[in-house]
Amino acid sequence: MTAGMSAGRQGSRELYDMAVVRGFALSTLVWGIVGMSVGLLAALQLAWPSLNMPPYLHFGRIRPIHTNAVIFGFTLGVVFTGSYYGVQRLCRVRMFSDALSRIHLWLWNAIIVAAALSLAAGYTTSKEYAELEWPLDIAVVVMWVIYAVNFFGTIARRREKPMYVALWFWIASILTIAMLYIFNNLERPVSMWKSYSIYAGVHDANIQWWYGHNAVGFLLTTPILGLMYYFLPKQVGRPIYSHRLSILHFWSLIFLYIWAGPHHLIYSPLPDWAQSLGSVFSVMLILPSWGGMLNGLLTMRGEWNRLRTDPLLKMFAVGLTFYGMSTFEGPMMAIKTVNSLSHFTDWTIGHVHSGALGWVALTSFATLYYVVPRLWHTELYSIRLAETHFWIATLGIVLYVTPMWISGVTQGLMWRAVNPDGSLTYSFVDTLAAIHIYYVLRTVGGALFLSGVLLMFYNVLRTIQQGTSEVPEPSAAAAVAVAGGK
Amino acid sequence: MAWEWHRPLEAKQVTFTVLAFVAVVIGGLVLLIPPYFLQGTIEPIAGVKPYSPLELEGRDLYIREGCNNCHSQEVRPFKTETDRYGPFSMAGEGIYDRPFLWGSKRTGPDLARVGGKYPDSWHWIHLVNPRQIEPRSNMPPFAFLTSSELDTSLTKRKLEVLRSLGTPYTDEEIGNAVVALRRQSDEIAAALRKEGVQLSDLGAHSEAVALIAYLQRLGRDIGWREKPVSTASLGEKP
Repeated sequence: MTAGMSAGRQGSRELYDMAVVRGFALSTLVWGIVGMSVGLLAALQLAWPSLNMPPYLHFGRIRPIHTNAVIFGFTLGVVFTGSYYGVQRLCRVRMFSDALSRIHLWLWNAIIVAAALSLAAGYTTSKEYAELEWPLDIAVVVMWVIYAVNFFGTIARRREKPMYVALWFWIASILTIAMLYIFNNLERPVSMWKSYSIYAGVHDANIQWWYGHNAVGFLLTTPILGLMYYFLPKQVGRPIYSHRLSILHFWSLIFLYIWAGPHHLIYSPLPDWAQSLGSVFSVMLILPSWGGMLNGLLTMRGEWNRLRTDPLLKMFAVGLTFYGMSTFEGPMMAIKTVNSLSHFTDWTIGHVHSGALGWVALTSFATLYYVVPRLWHTELYSIRLAETHFWIATLGIVLYVTPMWISGVTQGLMWRAVNPDGSLTYSFVDTLAAIHIYYVLRTVGGALFLSGVLLMFYNVLRTIQQGTSEVPEPSAAAAVAVAGGK
Repeated sequence: MAWEWHRPLEAKQVTFTVLAFVAVVIGGLVLLIPPYFLQGTIEPIAGVKPYSPLELEGRDLYIREGCNNCHSQEVRPFKTETDRYGPFSMAGEGIYDRPFLWGSKRTGPDLARVGGKYPDSWHWIHLVNPRQIEPRSNMPPFAFLTSSELDTSLTKRKLEVLRSLGTPYTDEEIGNAVVALRRQSDEIAAALRKEGVQLSDLGAHSEAVALIAYLQRLGRDIGWREKPVSTASLGEKP
């Protein structure tokens, strides 16, 4: 490959638009702190209900603010950061349109602010991760189209003919999220902030979990795999383990994922055949999921000793391990017998957070630690702080997820416990009282995880302070512009 | 290498994108389209009627306050669930539910069959302060609902929109929506006063009354609480 010669500067302009990536990276950090702080508040409210602050900040309104902020603020933010950073380098061309990049950055931030305010005000459709009312839905679709035009436009103008596997995952994510979001949010407005779903009852449930499950698949999985495929080989300094495995697991993952939605509706009034399809496809998903995990982990072969000194590789490795664990756990929970115990309990919360904190957030942290020093043309302010962040985060995950697992299984078992005469052993509130201790422990895990992010924020700010957004020398951009993972 | 056939595809962005789209579309089509046409998806239940205007407003308040984040409305077909809550949920019950409110988490108990389980005054006291009824509850207090007046300016429009989506409200029901709403809320206010709740004029027209109307409606369409029916008999056609 002859990267480097053509990179660098074109006239007086930096070849790549890194200003917009800096904007995305900083916004991502802010939304991460906001979203996780709101999550901590939600956890505290469940343990100590006097911390509810009605009418605007009680758990019923707080929970969607938390989920929307961490999914569409933090996670989407890091996807924008990483994909804008990666697509320009992998295509060896500047973003299709600087104007679209700017509009995208600001529209997205405006939407997140409006989302938080409108959800606190009680404007919600109630459909999980699709709570935003119709005016904001339209804004989201406009933003997504801008992203898509900018992204596909960049790919169309690329100077590197083969598209690297990270691009495949981002392409699939952009397409699929557009489809899911539009069809699940079809609603008829009553007023500015109220609408009714065009689907009713069982049909609404069916389409909601087609969306909801694949929001996990195509927002929290495939674009994060794109980050992994770009940034992990860069950090390791080796190409990805197997291109063949990339091909195999990419196509099977995106094909199988879409079928798994009904595992959220097992034993519901949804027709049995659909529930069974959801169950079976969920179990099949283990294979492509583990294909991705192994492709990542095996990329580190021969470099494992660097785990001792490199906090970024620690985050990637533990992130991939959590990915493997939660993509095994998920299919198990999709088996009807297991689901009869786990559904409606905190086990689901534990499962989601082992994926979201373990896989998504750790991979996101590694990505941010990778790009920030390069965006500001300096070294990371403190490797030791990043190392501390890794350990605090990992401990936080364990302290969050373990209590939720125990709580979930406890709930499941107590709900179904019967006396010798066949009557129910526990009242509902007995089961709630039994899990109180786990709600307390969970707040400790959540607080630790959040404090790690605050540490990262400090580290990033100090890094920015010592760096500069100007390209110091014409060759500096070229040095980091070599396309990754080939 | 056996996988060389994939190389040309990696250089063709349009073909690649189209194939990726085909891959993600198939599962959705199979899962989402047939339920609309297969007979068994929804077995009609005779007693299921559209919500009254007050119940509809109450349902929208249930959504506004995010009650569905902690309360499911989906009783699963297990003996331990039907013993605890009542008959298991059926697809035919949800034909007027836009959106569905089955939920995904039970931090609190399932509410699909809560209608008629408690008197109105129980709900009133419980909304004001859940721990007055159950000290171990972790539900947020919703006292503000008892002192905020129900906004009925959109009620008619809501019924019209729902009719345009297929809910069979008549012209008369839509025309008289607010009158009917007042009548039902007066009935509930009277019941509350009779049960000893100190109710101001504002309280009698409050959002809490609408929410109680909705909660008392839940699960009543299948008529199991007035005339208790066993789970087994529900499997048969009504």
